Amino acid sequence: MNDKLVIGNQELQSRLFLGTGKFSSNKIMPSAITAAKAQVVTVALRRADQAYPEENILNFIPKGCILMPNTSGARTAEEAVRIARMSRTLGCGDWIKIEVISDNRYLLPDNQETIKATQILAAEGFVVLPYMSPDIMSAKCLVEAGAAAVMPLGAPIGSNRGLQTKELIRILIEEIELPIIVDAGIGRPSEAAEAMEMGAAAVLVNTAVATAKDPVAMAGAFELAVRAGRQAYLAGLGRVLDCNASASSPLTGFLHA
Amino acid sequence: MKFIDELEKYNALDYETFFRKVTDHDIMHILNKPSINRLDYLALLSPRAENHLEVIARRANQDTVRNFGQVMQLFTPMYIANYCMNQCVYCGFNHENTLKRVKLSMEEIKAEGKLIAKTGLKHVLILTGESQIHSSLDYILEAVEKLKEFFTSISIEIYSLQEPEYKRAVKAGVDGMTMFQEVYDAEVYKELHLAGPKSDYAFRLDAPERACKAGMRVVNIGALLGLNDWRKEAFLTGVHADYLQRKYSDVEIAVSTPRMRPSVGGFPPRVLVEDINIVQYITAYRIFMPRSGITLSSRESVNLRNHLTYLGVTKMSAGVTTAVGGHSKGEEVSQFDISDSRSVREMSAMLYSEGYQPIYKDWQALF
Repeated sequence: MNDKLVIGNQELQSRLFLGTGKFSSNKIMPSAITAAKAQVVTVALRRADQAYPEENILNFIPKGCILMPNTSGARTAEEAVRIARMSRTLGCGDWIKIEVISDNRYLLPDNQETIKATQILAAEGFVVLPYMSPDIMSAKCLVEAGAAAVMPLGAPIGSNRGLQTKELIRILIEEIELPIIVDAGIGRPSEAAEAMEMGAAAVLVNTAVATAKDPVAMAGAFELAVRAGRQAYLAGLGRVLDCNASASSPLTGFLHA
Repeated sequence: MKFIDELEKYNALDYETFFRKVTDHDIMHILNKPSINRLDYLALLSPRAENHLEVIARRANQDTVRNFGQVMQLFTPMYIANYCMNQCVYCGFNHENTLKRVKLSMEEIKAEGKLIAKTGLKHVLILTGESQIHSSLDYILEAVEKLKEFFTSISIEIYSLQEPEYKRAVKAGVDGMTMFQEVYDAEVYKELHLAGPKSDYAFRLDAPERACKAGMRVVNIGALLGLNDWRKEAFLTGVHADYLQRKYSDVEIAVSTPRMRPSVGGFPPRVLVEDINIVQYITAYRIFMPRSGITLSSRESVNLRNHLTYLGVTKMSAGVTTAVGGHSKGEEVSQFDISDSRSVREMSAMLYSEGYQPIYKDWQALF
């Protein structure tokens, strides 16, 4: 069966995107990325240092992966735009994950600034994947602004609290034409599977893999979970409505009386 | 409202009575809360909480790893001048102390910068003594301009500025400021800061807020441990950080936990602050402010710094000298003695062996 995810003219086989910010060593990353079978990998551009190849995070991303630099550290649309442009200058490609956070207490994204940055960068030809708080009107604005996908959070970054915003994400999946990628909050493979069962196009995971006791094995576990969740979604989940509860029809019986 | 007004709320707080009432049950209850308030934080700083240090440390470790990952940002200080108009009785740069006063030329600053940059570090902290005459803001910002060639993030630890001056610094490319209040207790402050601009307690106390208003990205505060009851100072530092972070959510508020070290002048600490106290402070603060940076200097010993890697610290200095021009000219007279003289390479090797990734670059200034 052909079940490909298409973002920015790229056909993706893998629906598990990986973050790179929290590994105990860059050297673990290539094996974790391979075990996750991830094709899209996000890197904080603030950490990239081409002047210092030994420690430059970019040098640890396996060839063939799509690099999705992110604008981590940006507090405004303007800063995000500048980071994105810098990314292009550095030869990091056209994909950009917009992350605009001016709330250091909870690390929640600023949807308004994110929409502004999306507008500017999409017009400049970037493939823009904005990270956002799941809000239907903001998501519609992001579609208008030219986003390639919408990335709502399941819970605050690094919280490993799972799909706390499940109902809001479900609405985005129903209403928004673009791929919905659940980013942040997913703490365990079962939660990734749950997001995929709901019809999310993909999930992005960082903390749960990078800080696991065995990050490579955990990356593999997420790969299985994401595939299982997707397969379940495509298979159509079993009915939950109880059809055999009563032989009589207390609510509609009168129609046949 | 300014922080000094917020601080007043705690003037009447009877710490002794509060601590006496803290029970083991309270500590366990606090540790099970998803987020804790100011008085919970104070309870974690209590003598009673010392009995639960291992559990507190576990929670601090988990909170840190979840929020920051297994990484440690490294930076190094660069002292460019030691002229000082203040008389802070505990400081090596005290105006009254006889020591060779120096100020680096721009050429010397570039030479220092070049040497530090060779280690791979991209974050530098520029320090001066407090003399607007010998190290004017113009001089400091000229140094910043020269250092941009080598570093992607430049912070300053200098005398308190007015808000428009902080704005100038931000515009010139400074993205972080460090300002230690030294002592939050106004009476003790008065006894220790005898003369000079720094003797103005309120002006200094308000400096971090002026920097936040001016658009600084990172503001790092702290109390110098050893000058007053550490539990009280740790609490008020936390309250200060919480106040700033709530009011200026776009600024990264960080704290340092500097402990007094021997220096020229030989002023002994007024209060003995032990390793166990530093551990309690750092772990309690981490639980109170789970996303705030914690900076640890080379004042602390190799052994303690190695262990604190796990317990909440997010930023450490490496390859440190506290002497003016110390990187290029070798040690002369320093502000204080350091305990951990490991190079950037040695620190990185230690971090890797402990399962932590050293981060040399964590920000790229957007000029």
